[in-house]
Amino acid sequence: MADRDSFAKEAMQYAPQLYSAAMRMTRNSADAEDLVQETYLRGFRAFASFEDGTNLRAWLFRILTNTFINSYRSKQRRPQETELDDVEDLYMYRRIGALNSAEDQMFDLFTDDEVKQALEDLPESFRLPVLLADVEGFAYKEIAEMLDIPIGTVMSRLHRGRKSMQRRLFDYAVARGLTAPPTEGPEHGIIDATPEVPAHG
Amino acid sequence: MDDCNETLRELELFLDSELSEEAHLAIRAHLERCPNCVEAFEFHAELKIVVAKKCHSDEMPDHLLARIENCFGEAFDGDASGGEEPAS
Repeated sequence: MADRDSFAKEAMQYAPQLYSAAMRMTRNSADAEDLVQETYLRGFRAFASFEDGTNLRAWLFRILTNTFINSYRSKQRRPQETELDDVEDLYMYRRIGALNSAEDQMFDLFTDDEVKQALEDLPESFRLPVLLADVEGFAYKEIAEMLDIPIGTVMSRLHRGRKSMQRRLFDYAVARGLTAPPTEGPEHGIIDATPEVPAHG
Repeated sequence: MDDCNETLRELELFLDSELSEEAHLAIRAHLERCPNCVEAFEFHAELKIVVAKKCHSDEMPDHLLARIENCFGEAFDGDASGGEEPAS
C-alpha cells in the first residue's frame, strides 16, 4: 500500500458494504453506524500492520466482525442464542422450487425487507456465517478465521442457518398468499413435503 | 437414485465453490444427465443471488462518510508510528 491517503481512499469504497453487513449484525441503523465508524478507526490505526497483497475487503470485514463480536455485542442485552429449530433439507425448494426457479421470479417472490428480516431473525451464531457466506461471498476458510471457529463448524452452521432462513422466507411467501401453506396436501404445482429426497434420475 | 441423494448432499459445497476439483466435476457430470437435480441446484443458486442482492440494498447515510473521514484524522493525527493488530 503506497501511503495512508490511498489506503484510506481504497478502504472507504467498502463503506456501503460494511454498513449493510453492520445493519444485519446490529439490526438497527444507529448501532450499525457506530460499528462501521469503529471499524474504520481500528482499520486506520492498524494501517502500519497492513501488508501489501492482503485482500483489503476481507481485512476490513475481519475487523468489522471482530469489533462486533468482541466489543459491540456485549452492549446488546440479547442472550446468546444458540438453539435453532431443525428444518428438513431442501425445505423451501420442495414446496415452491418447481414454480420459481428463474432468478427474476425468485427476486419478485420476496421483498427486500423480508429477506433482511429472515436473516436478522437467525441467532447470531448462525447469522454471521450466513451473512459472510451468502451476502458477502467469503470462503469457508475466511469465515472460519473471522469467527475463530473450525471450518466444520462453519459448514454445519451455514447448513442449519440457511434451512431456518428458507423456512422463514417460505412462511413470508405463504403469509402474502403467494403459495400454498405447507400443511395443505400436494396440489398442482406444489411439491409434496417428503422426509427423503424423492427418488429420481 | 442414490446418485441424486449424494449429489444433493453436496449442493451447498458445490454452490459455495468449496468442493475439490474432482468432486466438483463429479457433480457436474451428474447434473448433465439429471434435470431434477439441475432444478434443485438452480433454485438454490438463484436464491443465493437474490439473498445477496436484497441484503445489500441498504442506503448508507451520507453523514457516515464524514464520520469515517474523521476517523482518519483521529487515527493519524499526532503519532502514527504504532499500529495495532487488526483482529484484536
